[in-house]
Amino acid sequence: MAGNQGLTVSSPRRGVVGVIHTLMARRAEQETELKATVEMKADGGETASFVPVRRHAISSFLYNHPMLHRVALLALPVGWMGLVYIVALVALLVTALWSVNEYTGQVEMAWTAANIVSAFTDALYLNVTARTLFIAVLVTVVDILLAFPIAFFMARMASKRSKKVLVIMILTPLWASYLVKAYAWRSVLSGSGLADWLLRPLGITSPGYGLAAVILTEVYLWLPYVVMPIFTAFEQVPESLLEASGDLGAKSWMTIRDILLPLIVPGVVAGSIFSFSLSMGDYIAVGIVGGKTQVLGNLIYTDVGVANNTPMAAALALIPILIIGLYLTLVSRTGALKRL
Amino acid sequence: MELRRGTKIMFGVASVIVLMFIYIPLMVVALNSINGDASLTWPIRSVTLEWWVRAFHSQGALQAVSTSLEVAAAATVCALVLGTLCALALQRYEFFGKSAISLLVVLPIALPGIVTGIALNNAFTTMVGIRLSMFTLVVAHVTFCIVTVYNNAFARLGQLGEHAEEASSDLGAGVWDTFRLVTFPRIKSALFAGGLLAFALSFDEIVVTTFTAGQDITTLPIWIMNNMFRPHQAPIVAVVAVVMVLVSLIPLWISQRISAEDED
Repeated sequence: MAGNQGLTVSSPRRGVVGVIHTLMARRAEQETELKATVEMKADGGETASFVPVRRHAISSFLYNHPMLHRVALLALPVGWMGLVYIVALVALLVTALWSVNEYTGQVEMAWTAANIVSAFTDALYLNVTARTLFIAVLVTVVDILLAFPIAFFMARMASKRSKKVLVIMILTPLWASYLVKAYAWRSVLSGSGLADWLLRPLGITSPGYGLAAVILTEVYLWLPYVVMPIFTAFEQVPESLLEASGDLGAKSWMTIRDILLPLIVPGVVAGSIFSFSLSMGDYIAVGIVGGKTQVLGNLIYTDVGVANNTPMAAALALIPILIIGLYLTLVSRTGALKRL
Repeated sequence: MELRRGTKIMFGVASVIVLMFIYIPLMVVALNSINGDASLTWPIRSVTLEWWVRAFHSQGALQAVSTSLEVAAAATVCALVLGTLCALALQRYEFFGKSAISLLVVLPIALPGIVTGIALNNAFTTMVGIRLSMFTLVVAHVTFCIVTVYNNAFARLGQLGEHAEEASSDLGAGVWDTFRLVTFPRIKSALFAGGLLAFALSFDEIVVTTFTAGQDITTLPIWIMNNMFRPHQAPIVAVVAVVMVLVSLIPLWISQRISAEDED
């Protein structure tokens, strides 16, 4: 965008600039006001040229009251998120403290901690939580290991042209429906599917539907979400830094280990947020390839969709909310949230 | 950084293996769409274009595609406006509660879809007392689409700095003119990329959709869900998926082109 470069002022000091700006903004305001008045007189007091003055008045007012500018910018998005999302989420958590009448099946607004206590102590729920966590962690680790070489290759070795093609190749599968991809794995892993056909000569049979299939499918589904932030992180490391390391005598593997890897941690964490959160909540892919495997998502879905027990579902929903909340707080210090 | 040839070959081979892992299942989908045998037995024995012909005449599929396009377009437009406003405020100002707001924007995609789905369903039907409809569906989708626009715009604004905007107001431009003439042209590729992701996210969403769409609304994922396991519909589902992938290449290519123009 060469055309806009001309507008960039070369790094001025803030304090001085601030004062100059205020002055200039006022001058500009006075000038337009003057001009508008003149024009108004010229064409007999019509209001046509009055509009810019009003607009600039608002602009300078906002300039002099940054607090109001902020409020004006944030009112819509924060209002939306707050009114729609936070209110809904809090209401759901309150529902966890209610109960369902055994006879009528209606939600009763009588306070009880029974649902929450059972969600956090019942052996079944603890078991399923452990399994879900295991899947999420394993899927995340495998995804990072797979994403690493290709992200590095794309960012640091591919030519400009092939980089573009590779980015498109990584992003394209996101447009093939999630359901269709899960179903593709179902057909690959079926008794007479591709996996079996490929593996039979080696004396191995397809793993079939179950925990292994769930992990494989989820690794597959979330891989692009993990590759992209790691790729971006690799790309943003300035070449000069790596050259400096080489000039100072570091071998290339030392440069990779000591300079490059620490710098891409935020990208890796950003990718892990995707794969971890998506695996913690998924129940549809689990239903397609998981056989009888039960995860938290299944249990919540059954409670709300089949058993019509929203309070229990809300109590169970607390588990992934807490785990993911904990994970986000742990990683927020790396600055990863800005790289999603 | 100079890398040895051996290292380069190693990374190249690993990348090819990962790409094969990504594309083999997609190939399976493509082959299922021309499989003469409706069962999923491998290797396929006969080839037919029957499913392709039937897919383009399938009222259900076409209707579902157009519903999904509508929902995704509406959600993307709202997300673009809200995400850009939020990014401008958070990139240009320091204030109390800033990190809380950035977390708030990320939350809907960080928390499981089923949690968002139940929460919104509960809020719409019990708290507000409105019937689930196209409107509630779009509202739900916007909530988790804002983040992609926000993140792209926020990152780009950070790279650009604010000198150009300052110069613009020095020269007498108002808030709106500065945005329209100075800020927007410089962030439009980021907005395109963010908007594209938001569109893809909404287009493919199934969990939140099942909890917030009216009974009479069939988005493409819902249609796929209903037809995936039916022997004579499954290959049509495969056709739709192949078409989606091919069509998606156009916006992806445009997006790459726009960001390449920015670099020049």
